[in-house]
Amino acid sequence: MTSDDLAALVPDGALLALPPDNSLAPCEFARALVRRGARGLRLLGVPVSGFATDLLIGAGCVASVQTSAVTLGEAGTAPRFTDAVRRGAIEVIDATCPAIHTMLQAAEKGVPFMPLRGVLGSDVAAHRPDWKTIDNPFAAGGDPILLLPALSPDIAAFHAVCADSHGNVWVGRRRECATIAHASRRTLVTVERMVAGNLLDDERMAPGVISGVYVEAVAVTARGAWPIGLLDEYAMDGPHIAEYARLARTEEGFASYLARHVLPPSAVAA
Amino acid sequence: MTVSREEMLIGAIARLILDPAAPPARHIAVGAASPIPAAACWLVKLMGHPVRLSLLHRPTGNPFTEGTRELFDLAGQGRIDLFFLGGGQIDGQANLNLVGTGAWPGRAARFPGSFGSAFMYLMTPRTILFREEHSRRVLVPRVDIVSAPGISPPGVFRRGTAQALVTGRCVFRFDGAGFTLASIHPGDTAQSVRENTGFDYAEADAPPTPAPTQAQLDLLRGPVCDEMMETYPEFCRRVWRRATDISDNAGKAA
Repeated sequence: MTSDDLAALVPDGALLALPPDNSLAPCEFARALVRRGARGLRLLGVPVSGFATDLLIGAGCVASVQTSAVTLGEAGTAPRFTDAVRRGAIEVIDATCPAIHTMLQAAEKGVPFMPLRGVLGSDVAAHRPDWKTIDNPFAAGGDPILLLPALSPDIAAFHAVCADSHGNVWVGRRRECATIAHASRRTLVTVERMVAGNLLDDERMAPGVISGVYVEAVAVTARGAWPIGLLDEYAMDGPHIAEYARLARTEEGFASYLARHVLPPSAVAA
Repeated sequence: MTVSREEMLIGAIARLILDPAAPPARHIAVGAASPIPAAACWLVKLMGHPVRLSLLHRPTGNPFTEGTRELFDLAGQGRIDLFFLGGGQIDGQANLNLVGTGAWPGRAARFPGSFGSAFMYLMTPRTILFREEHSRRVLVPRVDIVSAPGISPPGVFRRGTAQALVTGRCVFRFDGAGFTLASIHPGDTAQSVRENTGFDYAEADAPPTPAPTQAQLDLLRGPVCDEMMETYPEFCRRVWRRATDISDNAGKAA
């Protein structure tokens, strides 16, 4: 199975949860979604969004993005996202980082909502009719607190270091990806390589493993996070991201980027 | 080597961290894209103060094994004493706008988004606001969009708010209601600060912001830079002319 096969499993309009650029971003999978011509995706940044989200927005794959921020890190603002907001081309559903984690944790537990401190008085909350403020029922009164609904993405996708033939996936210290997988209906994973045996048999690896019970499909995709880094496997390709940030300032520049780095399958970094 | 503008700002933030009148800073967290606050934290630590630093974006030895979820859970419990926030707009009540200008959700100029500010600002006993650009575009009478409020009504659970706002021109103190000019960086005056600030603030005779000591500069240019290299190579190259070896990275990516 390839990342293009994985992308074929994502229906148009799916609510797709993606981790940010420092946490197993599935960039080759995102390129495969562009090649497949995905449309109407509703992206969820957990809890923020980066390169893959900007790429998908620029390629016209995205109807809405729910996130706490979209950024290219040191390379600056995300140009296709910023342009799409200005033009009103996508719906932006603003959240704040712990709210996204909390909504997924509610889904993970199978409860309809969870409370979260803070956020009151922010316009982010004011623009979320699906978020409710109640008076803390465990206090004597006068303690308003925010309630957030459970959120179950249709699909979670990330790029991990390795998996085994049982579908177990090793995410190392990025265990917040486990929460995304637990909360999502389907989880699709690309990995650098397959390993022999069962990762859950290894006492040292097991704490960083997402059990195969949550994982629908795994595709081996070497350098699948590029140009983002992957744990201690490889570092972020800063010059490439800076080049992307420069080209993607215009639609023409973005189109030339797509032609060179995304559309021909063979153009991906070997 | 003269004291750079960045080193002045790092020194100013380090002094605020060590302010004995502020709540103690035993555990400081630093978020994304914050090289100057991060350097100030490393300076405080390497000066020998017992402080735990949790750098959210450190690739090697990242302090969290549950990602940012763990950062926010720690803050929710009150286990983070000090955090740094900025804003595309900041107003005189210390309201922060990281979302954008114009109509919701930032149709005039969209910023990246609120990140965790709406939570951290209320959960952390103190916040140091940092924004290098000091202009009427950034420091406004009233933010267009409130990502995170500087002041909350009575009854809203809140552990603290802004301690101070550090800009490229000055340091403002925040007293829970408004800002007071506390010190002015070299090259600026009370008048130039006033001319470039869109919100009103109190002003006594603000002294010049002191430069870092020679011992602090030696730490910044040596061990602090060493600690910063992996996360902020571009900043280290620009400010301390530290050469970076990107051949490994580039070679793997090509």
